[in-house]
Amino acid sequence: MHFSFLDPILNYFNGDGLVILPQMELLLFALGILIFDFLLEKREKYLNAALALIGVAASALGLYRQFVNYQHVRASQVGPPVLIGFHNSVIVDGFFLVFAMIFLAATALVILLSIRYLNIEKEQEGEYYALLLFSCIGMMFMASGIDLIVLFLGLETMALSFYAMVGFLRREKRSNEAAMKYLLLGAFSTGILAYGFSLLYGVSSSTNIAEIGNILGHRFEYASTHGITDWLVILAFVTVAAGMFFKVAAVPFHQWAPDVYEGAPTPISAYVSVASTTASFAMLLRLMINVFGDSQTTWVYIISGVAIASLTWGNLAALTQTNMKRLLAYSSISHVGYVLLGLVAWNETGLVGIMYYLIAYAFMTIGAFAVVIVMRQRGLIGDELDDLDGLYQRSPAAALLLLIFMLSLAGIPPTAGFMAKYFIFQALIESHHPVLAVIAALYIVPALYYYFRVVVHAWMKKPGEAPAPHMSSAEAVALGATLFVTLAAGLYPEPFARLARYAFGP
Amino acid sequence: MMPIGYYLFLSMALFLIGAIGVITRRNVIVVLMSIELILNAVNINLVAFSRIFGDVAGQVFALFIIADAAAEAVVGLGIIIAFFRNRETVLEDEMDLLKW
Repeated sequence: MHFSFLDPILNYFNGDGLVILPQMELLLFALGILIFDFLLEKREKYLNAALALIGVAASALGLYRQFVNYQHVRASQVGPPVLIGFHNSVIVDGFFLVFAMIFLAATALVILLSIRYLNIEKEQEGEYYALLLFSCIGMMFMASGIDLIVLFLGLETMALSFYAMVGFLRREKRSNEAAMKYLLLGAFSTGILAYGFSLLYGVSSSTNIAEIGNILGHRFEYASTHGITDWLVILAFVTVAAGMFFKVAAVPFHQWAPDVYEGAPTPISAYVSVASTTASFAMLLRLMINVFGDSQTTWVYIISGVAIASLTWGNLAALTQTNMKRLLAYSSISHVGYVLLGLVAWNETGLVGIMYYLIAYAFMTIGAFAVVIVMRQRGLIGDELDDLDGLYQRSPAAALLLLIFMLSLAGIPPTAGFMAKYFIFQALIESHHPVLAVIAALYIVPALYYYFRVVVHAWMKKPGEAPAPHMSSAEAVALGATLFVTLAAGLYPEPFARLARYAFGP
Repeated sequence: MMPIGYYLFLSMALFLIGAIGVITRRNVIVVLMSIELILNAVNINLVAFSRIFGDVAGQVFALFIIADAAAEAVVGLGIIIAFFRNRETVLEDEMDLLKW
């Protein structure tokens, strides 16, 4: 009989280990960066970024291995395909694979955008890149957890890394203040969410979301046939929903977003806006579909109310902003409104629409922030709208990129933003919510106004004394990638739609 | 064994005290303490349910929340120190560089 001391390890990597392979690789590299950082001279610190990028690539390979295995399981099994580990608490499915891909792409883009920015801020430190990877691990667990404990810890791993990253410019007062506000409101919302989780555990005596969903389904049926109001479950829903709405920055839990976006280092603003929101949506979708799925008819009003409030407040508050980062914060609040409308529709088109929207949103928002990052020069913060004046004369390429990302954010064809909104509207009409579809479509008008205000500043105003922005090659790569996806997902949506369908496939 | 209702009311009272503290207090350190109260309310819930069900998952969850609360306090105090170095205050009213 063949036996070697490697067997237990190999067995592990075919069982539980396989389920968390991408996260393990990220963790390895994040810890590696923390050690490697000590060996580097001050001017070599940018090598940490290279190591972080290799870590993301390694994690992507791990993800690919999971994908191959998942396809194999899917082809060979009758019934729903499962790749579950750790006593029913972590799952690998299409949903996780697609979300993890977005997280890794966002992390890679943010690393590319950070290098020159941190040099200018004189904060080029290894911890920054380690924290980026740590938060990415948290996000992956938010998408792959099917147990309340795993979901909660994933959320906290992400959130705690973000508090530190938002306040990373220690000497910058605005950064300190943003971190403080994010921490206080974030920790408060986590407390509310945890209270909701404890009530869910209380009504079901389990922390597994499928089992909780089963029991809640029975309770809901019993309560609705007997005409009882199930206060405990309602309280659990309200607290969980409030915690999640805070994390995705939906009105009325959005107050932190503009302040945090404005005060944080700009690459981190992009990261909060894209990765944190997407991960929170992954967790929100898991909870809504698996835990509260049976009572959708009752909570749909709450979600549509929050969605309309987010659209209204996000779009109207953005009209008067003079700071580019604050403007993008309000714009992202309005995008959250659109994504929530997909949850209101509650059909396959709606869920696929959410996925498509999140993919498109990730790339176009990072692109828009990337232009703001390129504007950052020594002695010029460059995040005010006035700083964009005459960008066309100073740097035609940056101005053109800005125009395309603004078109996409506003939802004008032929860009990704248009297709994303199209799917959401289609889902709303299919599920007989024509009024919501019309309201959502009308909000494109104010959106056009404020996005084009940015474009007017860049294209039609006279340039000030500010120097021409200088793009580093890493930034050019990131801008090229975001531009490619923004245009490709608008001109040829089929592969991206297939990817979105894969997330909810059988 | 005491009925579960008592524990639920205790934890809800603790939760409300914490929430009111977060909303009304102006000193950031007191706000952090109020957040710890909320997390302790969660722990009471979890441990009480866990005891009633004879299921250990709730207690494990409570242990994780304790660890998480500690991590949050560490990051929080770190941020407060960075803030205090630049501004020499820990009052929410004086955080006015960014429109609140």
